[in-house]
Amino acid sequence: MSLLKIDEMTQRFGGLQAVSKFEIELQGGELVGLIGPNGAGKTTIFNLVSGFYQPTEGGISFNGSNTAGLKPHQVTSMGIARTFQNIRLWHDMTVMDNIRIAQHYRKGYSVFDAFLRTKKYRDSEKRIENIAWEMLEAMDLKEFAHELPKNLPYGLQRRVEIARAMSIKPKLLLLDEPAAGLNSADVEGLIKLVRWIHDNFDITIWMIEHQMKVVMSLCQYIKCIDFGATIAEGTPEQIQNDPTVIKAYLGDDTI
Amino acid sequence: MRKYSLNIAFAVGCLLIVAGAQAGLFNLYVQSVILFMGINIILSSSLNLVNGNMGEFSCGHAAFMCVGAYVSSIVTVLLFAQNKILGAPLLPPDLAPFFFPIAIIVGGVVAALVGILVAVPSFKTRGDYLAIITIAVNYMVISGIENLDIVGGPRGFMGMKQVVYAMSDVVDIPWMMIWTLLGTAFTLWILRRYISSTYGKGVNAICQDEIAAEIMSVNTNKIKLVTFMLSSGLAGIAGGLFAHVIGYVNPQSFNILKSTECLVMVYLGGMGSLSGSVLSAVLFTLMLEALRPLQIIKWVIIPLILVLLMQFRPEGIMGNKELSDVFPKLRRYFTFK
Amino acid sequence: MEALFQNIINALQWGSFYALIALGYTLVYGVLLLINFAHGDIFMVGAYIAFGVSVFVLGVQGLNLPGWAVLALGVPLTMILTAGVGVTLERIAYRPLRRKGAHRLYVVITALMCGLILENGNLALLGASRKKFPELMEKTVWTLGNVSVTNLKVLVIFAAFAVFGILNFIVTRTRIGMAMRAISYDKFAIPLMGIPVDNIIVFTFVLGSGFAGLAGMLFAMSYPILEPYMGALIGWKAFIAAVVGGIGDIRGAFVGGFLLGFIEILVVAFFPSTLRDLIAFSILLVILWMKPTGLFGVARHQKI
Repeated sequence: MSLLKIDEMTQRFGGLQAVSKFEIELQGGELVGLIGPNGAGKTTIFNLVSGFYQPTEGGISFNGSNTAGLKPHQVTSMGIARTFQNIRLWHDMTVMDNIRIAQHYRKGYSVFDAFLRTKKYRDSEKRIENIAWEMLEAMDLKEFAHELPKNLPYGLQRRVEIARAMSIKPKLLLLDEPAAGLNSADVEGLIKLVRWIHDNFDITIWMIEHQMKVVMSLCQYIKCIDFGATIAEGTPEQIQNDPTVIKAYLGDDTI
Repeated sequence: MRKYSLNIAFAVGCLLIVAGAQAGLFNLYVQSVILFMGINIILSSSLNLVNGNMGEFSCGHAAFMCVGAYVSSIVTVLLFAQNKILGAPLLPPDLAPFFFPIAIIVGGVVAALVGILVAVPSFKTRGDYLAIITIAVNYMVISGIENLDIVGGPRGFMGMKQVVYAMSDVVDIPWMMIWTLLGTAFTLWILRRYISSTYGKGVNAICQDEIAAEIMSVNTNKIKLVTFMLSSGLAGIAGGLFAHVIGYVNPQSFNILKSTECLVMVYLGGMGSLSGSVLSAVLFTLMLEALRPLQIIKWVIIPLILVLLMQFRPEGIMGNKELSDVFPKLRRYFTFK
Repeated sequence: MEALFQNIINALQWGSFYALIALGYTLVYGVLLLINFAHGDIFMVGAYIAFGVSVFVLGVQGLNLPGWAVLALGVPLTMILTAGVGVTLERIAYRPLRRKGAHRLYVVITALMCGLILENGNLALLGASRKKFPELMEKTVWTLGNVSVTNLKVLVIFAAFAVFGILNFIVTRTRIGMAMRAISYDKFAIPLMGIPVDNIIVFTFVLGSGFAGLAGMLFAMSYPILEPYMGALIGWKAFIAAVVGGIGDIRGAFVGGFLLGFIEILVVAFFPSTLRDLIAFSILLVILWMKPTGLFGVARHQKI
């Protein structure tokens, strides 16, 4: 059984066809890239997968169950975590709290347990805290646990965001342009981090990225889309040499 | 010790106040100021949960107070007082001290249910559109009660003094003082526990970035529902206490001006700061009392003070910090979470 | 049937006041995203200014101006003076806060407080006695069957439509209107484009408050009893009307104002008048439930 299967998914906004008949099947364990020019519909695909939009046509099944009609938080608790193009941390809460809140789906206590501080509540909070510390430790962020994200440099914020997504313990991690806005040293760090995550966790990673260096050095398989439709797919070498990809990125006229 | 110091200090303070009231150290005026302080603390801290922590702009807090006031008054008057419409008391007056808190809680629960009226639209709308819905709910509740002749309509509803007397007949202690302090303690206790839990931190997450919250597995709709219901339920409790302290309610005492007072207390204290709300409720009550001799000019001076305060401290007294953040040394003596 | 026509005319007049005030709310909101809660009280101040101006002009010895001349003199004077009040509030209360980058809601609270100051300041200065507005226009009643229309009603309705036309023209067709719309989209980029933001904001307040003054004058002529709290309720209601129409949109405020006027008049026509607020607000709530951004409002999509 495949981990993620997207079947002829189409999304229209009014008259605009943002995604048309997009298909992908991930078996689990891959590191896949999604590239395409600006406005090609890449983020829309991620929004569809994470449950923000409901596809106009076609379906998404994750781990064998259909995600149609599920709210984003339900999709997330099934095991799909994501990051955002522009970092969306809760900037006025500590890094620790950022990660704690991401454990919402496994808190397992009701609001009355919180009022009464029952054993269930205390156990659950303890567990959540342990998970958060583990994740901070693993991601080398322990020293920043009580900092506010807005006071951290951009590269670290990106790392916190990935840590937050990872603390959900997802089976599928969606990275939306993780290298956007990073300087070249940070990009190196990011490549290492993503590879490390992929090697050390039982996880499938699917990333949107513009920087070819990142995509080509990380991804085993790449899909390229333009105007919502798939125009090429294959290994990094195949994509690099594909004339349609070059055309989509650089335009028609040859010099 | 540090863990309980705050609770102990609070309990000792409350006991002293009650003992003082019993011994006649404070006259009735001072007592009533303390009572209003307690009620205002409940109001401001419960509204702060929605306006400060969740970042919504609810301007109809008095509506829930109104519902709580009427419901609990009707219950107590029905049970323990002679009333033209509701008839003779159903229960012997000896039971009044036991049923009184139940009546207050019933008022709070009904107010929480009315809170759903605001919570459900909040799933789809935010900000100013939600603000309107809360104002509209405020008007609707007042107008609805004015059209209910059975509870006196615009003339108001009374008889709650009889209930208070019934309690005093059982044991002669300052009952309303006890209930109000208990209500205040209950509110602060619940709010403190709610916002420090992972569950309640979801409220802050919604305030700062709702989309990120939803994506990070926070069930935003449920949190909004719980938060609105909690906030309006606590306002209902404040209303119930208010009604029994005054002994008389009429719909216009819960109009938009009352809601404005609640708003002022929240923003004066600082959005999202529980200790700020408590502090501002105390200050606001004292300010109202201190300026009472000025009569109508009071309502020019108070807004003027607030406008000036906003100019010099545009984030409220405490900002979004708690007392223990502003004075870290205090942490040695108590923990606040 | 005739009763219905009569009600429609009354509703048009009643809705005109809401529309005129709602336009002021929506103008300021459209530019600053600020709910100017003092606006209802600016309307009240407008009515008092109109009162003061008319009484003063009528009282000048040896002038003996006829009513229409007082009206012609009073309208611009009232509008200018009321605009002055609005701009003063902006200058001393809102602008410093904006400069300090205070949270938006603190500005809203400041606006609420300014409203209270105007209301109670007026009460403290002039006392609680109600003022009787002098009659400026000789009342002419045209009757058609059982439907009666006074010249005052026609004037009010005409004024509302004219103001709408003027504002719509300013906002959609002129350079300054374009700047007003642009500020609400991105207040950081606008100064970089060389647009004097503060001037545009002052202009917005001049427009909004000026027309509130006009509304105050017309209201005082139609219902010639003035009291300090007259602005509060009508202001809150007009604000709700503006939101139902879709706040920030001129058409929305206009339509919302008339909608509220119609609902209120028709409710009173068919139900006991005490139910007016309850039914009117329930209907508005249902509209907002179904269309959360109001009739003309467009949801701004958040980019993810």
